[in-house]
Amino acid sequence: MGRFLLRRAGQALLVAWGAVTLVFVVVRIVPGDPATLILGPDASADQLASVRADFGLDKPLWQQYLTHMGDVLHGDFGDSWRLGGSAMGATLDRFPATLELAALALLITLAAGFPLGMLCARRPGRILDALVSTGSLVGQALPSFWLGIVLILLFARQLHWLPSTAGGGPEAVILPSVTLALPFVGWLARLVRNGALEEIGKDYVRTARAKGTGEGAVLYVHVARNIALPVVTVLGLLMGNFIANAVIVEVVFSWPGLGSLMVDAITNRDYAVVEAAIVTITVCYIALNLVVDVLCVALDPRLTPQNA
Amino acid sequence: MSAIAAAPASAPAAAEPRRRRLPVRAWIGLAVVGLFVLAALLGPVLMPYDPVATDLPHRLLPPGSRLGDGSVAWLGTDQVGRDMLTTLLAGSRVSLLVGAATVLAGGAVGLVAGLVSGYFGGWADAVLSRIGDVQLAFPSILLAILIAGVLGPSVTNVVITLAVTRWVVFARVVRASALAARDLEFVDSARVLGAGHPRIIVRHVLPSCWQPLLVAATVQIGLVMVAEASLSFLGLGIPPDQASWGATVSAGRDYLGSAWWISTMPAAALAAVVTGVGLVGDAFRDLADPRAQL
Repeated sequence: MGRFLLRRAGQALLVAWGAVTLVFVVVRIVPGDPATLILGPDASADQLASVRADFGLDKPLWQQYLTHMGDVLHGDFGDSWRLGGSAMGATLDRFPATLELAALALLITLAAGFPLGMLCARRPGRILDALVSTGSLVGQALPSFWLGIVLILLFARQLHWLPSTAGGGPEAVILPSVTLALPFVGWLARLVRNGALEEIGKDYVRTARAKGTGEGAVLYVHVARNIALPVVTVLGLLMGNFIANAVIVEVVFSWPGLGSLMVDAITNRDYAVVEAAIVTITVCYIALNLVVDVLCVALDPRLTPQNA
Repeated sequence: MSAIAAAPASAPAAAEPRRRRLPVRAWIGLAVVGLFVLAALLGPVLMPYDPVATDLPHRLLPPGSRLGDGSVAWLGTDQVGRDMLTTLLAGSRVSLLVGAATVLAGGAVGLVAGLVSGYFGGWADAVLSRIGDVQLAFPSILLAILIAGVLGPSVTNVVITLAVTRWVVFARVVRASALAARDLEFVDSARVLGAGHPRIIVRHVLPSCWQPLLVAATVQIGLVMVAEASLSFLGLGIPPDQASWGATVSAGRDYLGSAWWISTMPAAALAAVVTGVGLVGDAFRDLADPRAQL
């Protein structure tokens, strides 16, 4: 187990390093001269030279890269020219709002998707099953910004039940997190249904039924425990997805999270913030994947570090 | 694995007692997609008005309103008096163009990369696979926002951005097929007969890659169209002087209370098309691999 943990953590670190490098390449090399970007096209040669010296842009690229990687290891992405303070500070300020959104979305997905999937597994091929299967397909196809707008129209503008922007009190988190969760409810339900149907065909279910166990207990005690593992895996991956997908939903609802910060920063060419935000989200994503992998091995005695 | 799946499809029809029929869902999907492609291709002929010309006296009219000159705005008009139906038709062209061009470009890069890493293996495979790992560890929407934001809004840049974020998917699919095909007996015999690498790849390995590549491409077209609309919605995709479903949705957000149709119509069109593509993609996958059907 120790060696497995070490190997997986090493892989995750390698991928994180690759991601930071990728962002460095895209941000530093593609858009042209950063000094011109900061000062605008009218800057004099002297001004450009002094900005280059300040930011270390007059050094060769490999040296800039090494300095940058050293800074990143200390959580230093430079200062935001627009917001004043450090880019990482701005990112960390906004991160809790995004986490709140993603966590509630995860809770909603689990609370709605799991029972729905079990109900479908009880009567496969019936109306509910067909509805959920169509719904999961349509849900995946719906652009999340549209879903958000429809929910605003319905619950904020027509019914006046819930606020549509973050200023509207604590219940403002409901609409954006539902927007984030809804496309994945049907998807999780399908996963639970297929997993449950597979388990129902197995011997231990027949034994439980033969002992006279009620159908509810068979499903929710015996079968549910056996499909818990894939569900845990998927929930970890979903959390990562929600944190990343929150970008668009946050813009729709003017939610003060990491995503709206990043979109603001990229339209204003505030690359220090862009980098800090992207690296933060990506590191979360990679860490969640790592946790899921480790949890799987820890929870399932059939999986050993060798065959995982 | 895919070679086994491909075998019955290439067998003569007589060996298969009854032909597999497309389910109704797939036909619905095909109909929606066909309608969309027709609308995009014939758009300029059908368009009643200029998609970018403004007409302020006729702004924010609800669907079905009659204009001053007696014509009817079937889907209403937007905040500067442009006809919504015309905007939708113009947007469908951009959507289709971006979807097709991205999948072609990403698919071509993925095909070459997948063949190289699957067939030759070795260090090329190691390098390409690691790059793919890093890219897949990156939420694709973030990478798209980053690249599109840096490149600036234009149709070409959106295609480049989305192709860069998607090539890995195609490369993975092709690599798996090429890897399975390269050790098959008929490839060995071709090698023994003295066929060179290019001939083996084109004549013997490539044919087994087409089918999974086609299935992946169908699924990806839908995802790419949503990604394009999302980027345009954020103002990072199609520039404002061109009609795009995502940008129209974004423009309509300020009028949600007074003119709901501006934001909802393009997004509903997009959702319909992407669902249609999804239905067709599912049917393709089931035809290609009957065991995947549940």
